Amino acid sequence: MTAVAEPATGLTERPTETATATLRRGLRMMPEFRRGLPATFALALLATAGRVVVPIAVQQTLDRGLGAAGGPDIPLVRELVAVCALVVLVTAVAVYRMNVRLFRTTETALANLRVRAFRHVHDLSVLHQQGERRGNLVSRVTSDVDQLSVFMQWGGVLGLVSLGQLVVATVVMAVYSWQLTLLVLVCFIPLGFAVKWFAKRLAAVYGVVRERVGDVLAAVGESVVGAPTVRAYGIRGRTAARIDAAIDRHYRASVQAQKTTAGVYVSGEFVAAVANAAVVVVGVLLGIGGQISAGTLIAFLFLVTLFVAPVQTASEVLNEAQNAVAGFRRVLDVLDTEPDVQDPVDGRALPEGPLGVRFSHVVFRYAPGARPALDDVDLEIAPRTRVAVVGETGSGKTTFAKLLTRLMDPSSGRVLVGGVPLAEIAFASLRERVVMVPQDGFLFDASVADNVRYGKPGMTDAHVAAAFDELGLGDWVEGLTDGVATAVGQRGESLSAGERQLVAVARAYVADPDLLVLDEATSAVDPATEARLTRALDTLTSGRTTITIAHRLSTAERADEVLVVDAGRVVQRGTHAELVDAPGVYAGLHASWRRSSGAARTPA
Amino acid sequence: MPPRSTSPAPAPAPEQVTTPTPENAPPSAVPAGRTRTGDVTVRSEREQKKVVRRGFRHVAKAVREQPGMFTLAVLGSSLYGAMTVASAYVIGGITERLVLPSFERGSVTAGALWLATLAILGVAVLKIVGIIGRRLFAGIMSFRLQAEYRRRVTGQYLRLPLSWHQRHPTGQLLSNANSDVEASWFFVAPLPFACGAIVMVVITVVALFLTDPLLAVVGLVVFPLVFLANAVYSQVMSPRMARAQQLRAEVSEIAHESFDAALVVKTLGREAAETERFGVRADELRDGLVAVGRVRGLFDPMMEALPNLGTLAVLLVGADQVATGSTNAGDLVSIAYLFTLLALPIRAIGWVLADLPRALAGYDRVAPVLAAEGETPHGPDAAAGGPTGAGVGVRAVDFGHTDADGRTNRVLHGVTFDVEAGRTVAVVGPTGSGKSTLAGLLVRLVDPHSGEVLLDGVDVRSLREGEVSTQAAFVAQGTFLFDDTVRGNITLGADIGDDEVHAALRVAAAEDFVDRLPEGLDTRVGERGASLSGGQRQRLALARAVVRRPRLLVMDDATSAVDPSVEARILDALRSTDQPATVVVVAYRQATISLADEVVWIDRGRLVARGSHAELLAQVPGYARLVQAYQPPDAVTAAEPEPAGAQA
Ligand SMILES: Nc1ncnc2c1ncn2[C@@H]1O[C@H](COP(=O)(O)OP(=O)(O)OP(=O)(O)O)[C@@H](O)[C@H]1O
Ligand SMILES: Nc1ncnc2c1ncn2[C@@H]1O[C@H](COP(=O)(O)OP(=O)(O)OP(=O)(O)O)[C@@H](O)[C@H]1O
Ligand SMILES: [Mg+2]
Ligand SMILES: [Mg+2]
Repeated sequence: MTAVAEPATGLTERPTETATATLRRGLRMMPEFRRGLPATFALALLATAGRVVVPIAVQQTLDRGLGAAGGPDIPLVRELVAVCALVVLVTAVAVYRMNVRLFRTTETALANLRVRAFRHVHDLSVLHQQGERRGNLVSRVTSDVDQLSVFMQWGGVLGLVSLGQLVVATVVMAVYSWQLTLLVLVCFIPLGFAVKWFAKRLAAVYGVVRERVGDVLAAVGESVVGAPTVRAYGIRGRTAARIDAAIDRHYRASVQAQKTTAGVYVSGEFVAAVANAAVVVVGVLLGIGGQISAGTLIAFLFLVTLFVAPVQTASEVLNEAQNAVAGFRRVLDVLDTEPDVQDPVDGRALPEGPLGVRFSHVVFRYAPGARPALDDVDLEIAPRTRVAVVGETGSGKTTFAKLLTRLMDPSSGRVLVGGVPLAEIAFASLRERVVMVPQDGFLFDASVADNVRYGKPGMTDAHVAAAFDELGLGDWVEGLTDGVATAVGQRGESLSAGERQLVAVARAYVADPDLLVLDEATSAVDPATEARLTRALDTLTSGRTTITIAHRLSTAERADEVLVVDAGRVVQRGTHAELVDAPGVYAGLHASWRRSSGAARTPA
Repeated sequence: MPPRSTSPAPAPAPEQVTTPTPENAPPSAVPAGRTRTGDVTVRSEREQKKVVRRGFRHVAKAVREQPGMFTLAVLGSSLYGAMTVASAYVIGGITERLVLPSFERGSVTAGALWLATLAILGVAVLKIVGIIGRRLFAGIMSFRLQAEYRRRVTGQYLRLPLSWHQRHPTGQLLSNANSDVEASWFFVAPLPFACGAIVMVVITVVALFLTDPLLAVVGLVVFPLVFLANAVYSQVMSPRMARAQQLRAEVSEIAHESFDAALVVKTLGREAAETERFGVRADELRDGLVAVGRVRGLFDPMMEALPNLGTLAVLLVGADQVATGSTNAGDLVSIAYLFTLLALPIRAIGWVLADLPRALAGYDRVAPVLAAEGETPHGPDAAAGGPTGAGVGVRAVDFGHTDADGRTNRVLHGVTFDVEAGRTVAVVGPTGSGKSTLAGLLVRLVDPHSGEVLLDGVDVRSLREGEVSTQAAFVAQGTFLFDDTVRGNITLGADIGDDEVHAALRVAAAEDFVDRLPEGLDTRVGERGASLSGGQRQRLALARAVVRRPRLLVMDDATSAVDPSVEARILDALRSTDQPATVVVVAYRQATISLADEVVWIDRGRLVARGSHAELLAQVPGYARLVQAYQPPDAVTAAEPEPAGAQA
């Protein structure tokens, strides 16, 4: 096993990474976000300036216009009001333009991030995909991204605005009294530490919240997908309890997060009060010592409030950032998980013509240290042969098929198809020439025809109908309400189980592979239809290599060669005729199957 | 997939009021909620007009649902609002009583300084209490509403019939329960603040009128403007928001389906095409969100600018009045100051109003689920019970599947048969003939359109809830395992001892592999049993049924990957007792069929023939063709299968 360190586990996770590291990592992945950023920044600065200037301008109008020494200076008031109105309007326009730009850039960047994460989930190996609950994977390309957009659209700008206000307020304060300014700054130092501490706690609680969201989705999803089981076993109460427990855990985590944020605010408020009190006390003492005037102190008290507000906003932004970062991290974790089964760089194409297969001392374990699901499998399958793989439940047949189609890579040993090591074959070539029909064939919520041409887009309905005819299923399709245009429902649930398998087989058939792997592909189809279908397939795929896994040993009887798998090892191989009378696993399996399918052989 | 499920108040409200600067932009043009508006698509023009009124009704609903938390939060907000005003007075008082006198005298007493400090800190402490009340209780209120509605929505999922489920994509149901609920109650976080802010508004307005009624009226023009702006905003925003929510739903549905189909996508190498499909929707969603952002981006600065402009208008008019002498400068200063105080509550109210279109868009998706009818009705009766197997009767049953468009696909036509207590009946028929549908009817997964299904002679519809599932166990054609331990999947929470679990596993031939699992019975099987092989999953599902010692066992082709001897063992285990269970088994294998006392042959939804295996073999060519399809040609004397008519 080469690149696969921990095959059965989920995504790369970096719970300890700092928020800034996450943000930096993320921004690197979103080049679109940086495009046009200077102009947005310029607007943000304008907006910031406006937002800082407006309160001061209003204050000045009051102070200098109305509170002027020689009585109210009405013309000055008018002028100032006009100027203020202009500033307010310009600010509003700047904010509007900035908002629009921000929405456009962030949404563009996030849409692209979403799509990349989506693609990446598909690039992960089946084991990684299974290691993660579907609800969780979905949330990583939906709500976790949304979380980010919330923050990017207001948090970043707000932080910037606050910073601007802070700088302006500090400068103005320093102009009035450097001593008191120093005092205020000293008072706020502890808040810096508090915010840092809170940020760490918040990162943790928000991480928990995001995880709980995944739990809720998983619990709900299970009850929806498993609805028939829930009903049949009358476990509505239990299922509801499981869901409610998940909802409750999410609720409690959210409240915990809320408490923590309240803590941030409380400490901010407290520090502000302390600063105020300190300014009063020290200011008075300084005043008595003649260092500052009463006017300065009074003005300063007003300025302190201008200083406090942005500090609180900024700390709030920092905290909100933790929430967004928790979501961001989950998205990035997807992107950072190296697919353990990778499309090789400069991959080779499979040679033309029928494909043979070679397993060279292949061992596969689902988890490091676990019992191998396949153990030292070493065999060769000649091109153009029809091979049946048989064996008890859990013996490793599906595992064999997945290694053969490179859904997983062996833990050790290697697999060659057409003489080329699988790991060197370009996916484009591999997936076109080697197709597997998995044990649980999945249909999309579309028409029968859409599902069939999934691997060969561009086929017309008529082609699809013709394909069914070739497979001997024409009558069946015509019997459907709308023929090949019949909708199959979500997961294909508007078809019967056997019908779903017919569509899945047709889908693989029209993909026209040179190596076809059928894993219990017709297990739910009635024997008569199955017999007809396999006969048709045998003819249609003659000259290609087919590997069929089946519990119905009729497949083995017809096959050119039978591979018998037992407890992860290939214990027998040969033709049916050779194996059926030889002592061994196959004889046992076959006898049992024969008994079951022919026990009541009753000539009419 | 919940956006912001967690973030605290969407609008970190500025805690300082002395400055009219808007420190915080509400973060909320945002999201949550997706879900195809399958049920609620585009609302009519008339309804569009009512957005504002519906919005207020929605707010009232929130308050009615959580009156306690709401009261606490409003009290907190009011306290906070009052203390905000008070802190201005404290600073004023300190200026007048401490700063000015002590500067004049050139001395100060420690007591006075202490008093000032205490006053500032005292107000701050009360303010902090207010903050806690507002933030915490408002948050709790919002989270409680969300949790409550999630429970209600998921409760509906569990209550509503399977036919309803078939009409609603999983992805949609997930977003209903999650992001739509969240969107519905998201606005609640700043709500108490806005209500508390009304206290500030009232205080301020009273003070304004006491100072100068004319100027007060001038300044208060701001309010109608704010509401006008909001009405326009709601009109413009609602359809955009609804569209964005719908696109969100579609994006999440595609993601859900596509990840569900991951194996197929991979085996056919369609990753790029799937990404394309997802990308198209993601781009539409992007455009939808940008469209939302445009409106929101305009509304926010407007709400910011309006109070400022109001203050300026007051100054302008006031300055004239000062000039003509009808007002004095001092009064104008206090009025202008009071107006700066108004900016904050107006903005807080603005946040709530701004979030309402989104809340409605979300709630419009949740409401149909809550309102959906069609709970499986239950009667008062208990099943006859008793130690023997249950008698089953199927009388003139018609059934059809209704799709989302309301078209019905008739699947069963007048099916009638009886299974006597303790007997075993095999249901045989070609693919798609209606066997699973029939099996589902027997355990009341669905109800017939006409006709009746009897259990011990009683119509299953008149049995009380839970009665059918205590009498009957069902092993479905597709196995479903929960993301739980092996034990949990077998007991399903029932009080069943490990001995019995082991016994059931032994019957289902699952004991060996379960023993080999890393943690035996305590091994978690993964989502839908992902870490087991197909046959292993099937065996656990069988053990799950066997362990309940049902009086009626319905097995729907549940043994395709199980050795026939296992199937025989299961049937033996159920039948060998003195009071054998009744078994209905959908099967193709002759071995299974030959264990049955009787065979029912279903073809194209009709019960065509019934009798013993031998009888059917002799009389029904289709049946013979089907069950003998595997026999070497020389052994088959019945009609050779011909490649026509899968359903014939
Ligand atoms: N939800 C549904 N909506 C519409 N049609 C359906 C639905 N479920 C099943 N059908 C149709 O009803 C018919 C009977 O289906 P059913 O699942 O009962 O067949 P079955 O006999 O169990 O077949 P199989 O042997 O393949 O399991 C099929 O033609 C199928 O297409
Ligand atoms: N994702 C997985 N994680 C861990 N173990 C697994 C996983 N998938 C399969 N296994 C184990 O590997 C062994 C081989 O499984 P595999 O699916 O290859 O069996 P199979 O021969 O196809 O059986 P069946 O006939 O039941 O389909 C089994 O013991 C199974 O429990
Ligand atoms: Mg398998
Ligand atoms: Mg069926």
